[in-house]
Amino acid sequence: MKIAFTTKGTNWSSAMDPRFGRTEYFLIYDDEKDELSHYDNRDSANDAHGAGPKTAQKLFEFSPNILITGNGPGGNAATVLEKTGVKIFIGAGEMTVKEAYEAFKGDTLKKL
Amino acid sequence: MKEIVVISGKGGTGKTSLTASFAYLGGKDVIVADCDVDAADMHLLMQPDFADEDDFYSGELAHINQYDCIQCGKCKEVCRFDAIPIIKGKYIVDPLSCEGCGYCARVCPIDAITNKDLNVGKWYISNIKTGSMMVHAKLGIGADNSGKLVAKVKSEAKDIAEEERKDIAIVDGSPGVGCPVVSSLSGASFVVLVTEPSVSGYHDLKRVYELVKKFNIKAGCIINKYDINKKVTAEIVEFLKKENIVHIANLPYDEDFTRAMTNGQTIVEYSDNHLKDLITDSWNKIKRSVN
Amino acid sequence: MKIAIASGKGGTGKTTLSTNLASFLAEEHEVVLTDLDVEEPNSGLFIEADLVREKDKFKMVPEWSADECILCGNCQKVCNFHAVIQLGEMIMVFPELCHGCYACSELCPTSSLPMIPKKMGVLKHFRNGNLNFVESRLDIGEEQAVPLIKQTHKYIDQQFDDNFIRIFDSPPGTSCPVIEATKDADYIILVTEPTPFGLHDLKLAVETMKELKKEFGVVINRFGIGNDDVLAYCNEEQIKVLAKIPNSRRIAELYSQGRLIYKEIPEVRAELEKMKDLIMGKMKEVVK
Repeated sequence: MKIAFTTKGTNWSSAMDPRFGRTEYFLIYDDEKDELSHYDNRDSANDAHGAGPKTAQKLFEFSPNILITGNGPGGNAATVLEKTGVKIFIGAGEMTVKEAYEAFKGDTLKKL
Repeated sequence: MKEIVVISGKGGTGKTSLTASFAYLGGKDVIVADCDVDAADMHLLMQPDFADEDDFYSGELAHINQYDCIQCGKCKEVCRFDAIPIIKGKYIVDPLSCEGCGYCARVCPIDAITNKDLNVGKWYISNIKTGSMMVHAKLGIGADNSGKLVAKVKSEAKDIAEEERKDIAIVDGSPGVGCPVVSSLSGASFVVLVTEPSVSGYHDLKRVYELVKKFNIKAGCIINKYDINKKVTAEIVEFLKKENIVHIANLPYDEDFTRAMTNGQTIVEYSDNHLKDLITDSWNKIKRSVN
Repeated sequence: MKIAIASGKGGTGKTTLSTNLASFLAEEHEVVLTDLDVEEPNSGLFIEADLVREKDKFKMVPEWSADECILCGNCQKVCNFHAVIQLGEMIMVFPELCHGCYACSELCPTSSLPMIPKKMGVLKHFRNGNLNFVESRLDIGEEQAVPLIKQTHKYIDQQFDDNFIRIFDSPPGTSCPVIEATKDADYIILVTEPTPFGLHDLKLAVETMKELKKEFGVVINRFGIGNDDVLAYCNEEQIKVLAKIPNSRRIAELYSQGRLIYKEIPEVRAELEKMKDLIMGKMKEVVK
């Protein structure tokens, strides 16, 4: 299973980024291989409009099963994510990545 | 660090005066971000020193290199915005009409057209009279506020908050229901909705709350000038109950709002009456709701 | 004769002035009031009139047809607004983000993105005696105000000639929609308040009107509150102050109920009377 996080850094102790469309990074954790990889999304700061759908499109390329984020994606991004079938968990905006992962495992995050 | 965003949908409800009062009550622990860049007025109450400034670019604008141009007219042909008039025999881009779609540059056979980043204004980091700091911006004429500018102002404010170990960032949010307000809400810990009991005030409150709901953010509401129309106030209170929005306070119609502003002060500095107490209580309630 | 009513910031009384001025002038003249604040049109709350016509308004957006598509990704690449996204074997279009530039459609090698009309809002035309009222409203989620403002202007031009006093309630601010709303006007009325916020935003609006090379005057709303800085600024810059609407709690109450203030407050009627003389003077210049 692949789990994606919206984050402000590239490792387990990084802070989560509560935003989706303009998140600084994605971390992708593959729990079968125990592998952590990241994608640098800081380019999205340059988009005047439409950062949401573009970021969702990028995320799609990593085909995660789960997305863990803060507030939950806005309208347009949500439309894209719906098509990708990824399951979205929210409420992890003020945690570190590790805490967010544990909260997910412990079933304390809200599912959209 | 918690991020509190104040929005109103409609103008003239007292949103900026209240945000400034909260910033004043929060003092040096609260970083301020003014994302209402269409009507960026908060600085008038905060005595900013404009310590740091930078140009801000958003969107693009086509530019035709006249030296290379062979006058084939393809650019004008494809432009749906009538943004390339012929002036004195030259193809010229009209900056007020160009939407920056880049189509002209893609069809120019000799690559004489480039899209340039559009300078839309400046953003500033200032020290303010509360002993804290404020991030704000000023847009040029005809420039649109954008999600990008709001995101920039907010992320600068957050960076400062983290470096300086402040607990709270308070954001004067953008008006309307478009992209800038979406960007204002993104990442917020709590939203304060400021409204007034007029037919239009209530209507706009409902519209902007639809957005807040989409983001799953906890919200509270202040009804300003509640006593000018008690019937609509009652309807708003009912709406808050139904939507599970914290009813923070009812504030009376009080010209101290304007008098304080005229003095360059926040209401809580200027006024020493009931209104000051109500706003102080509101701020405490907001802080409690956030934590 | 086209008059646009604008303001730097929201909530200064733009709609109050538009609706009261239009109704007042319509007591003797043929008037059409148009609400161009298409994101939040609320002039209609103050006008009682019968619906004459209702028209859906459309903009052109691409629609994906899968049959011939070779999934080359060119559409996604050429869209500067992220309104077209390729998701695996699917192309998604976000009509609200689309500016209608046609690039994706016309540059598609297999013509798989034909442009089709998509509803973006509704135009409504009401009438009560001499007063016509037209409002356009963007559908929720639509971001592009400018195309709807353009189409509304077109409707007004087709329906009403120079014998009508045409008043336009513009969106607040100094951004593209405001420029679109005011650029064809013969005269602009800027509404402000005698406060530091009002003055600050008035200055921005004045700069904009100078840039557009428009003739304009100022109406001060809530006159009596705040200070004299707005008056002093207008004097200094030689800007005509057309009217002063007094500050009063009673006005705020009438507004909150969606009622016209000049009918109940004689001072307001007197101020509108002053504006009428100016407008009729301008009217003669334009019509001749």
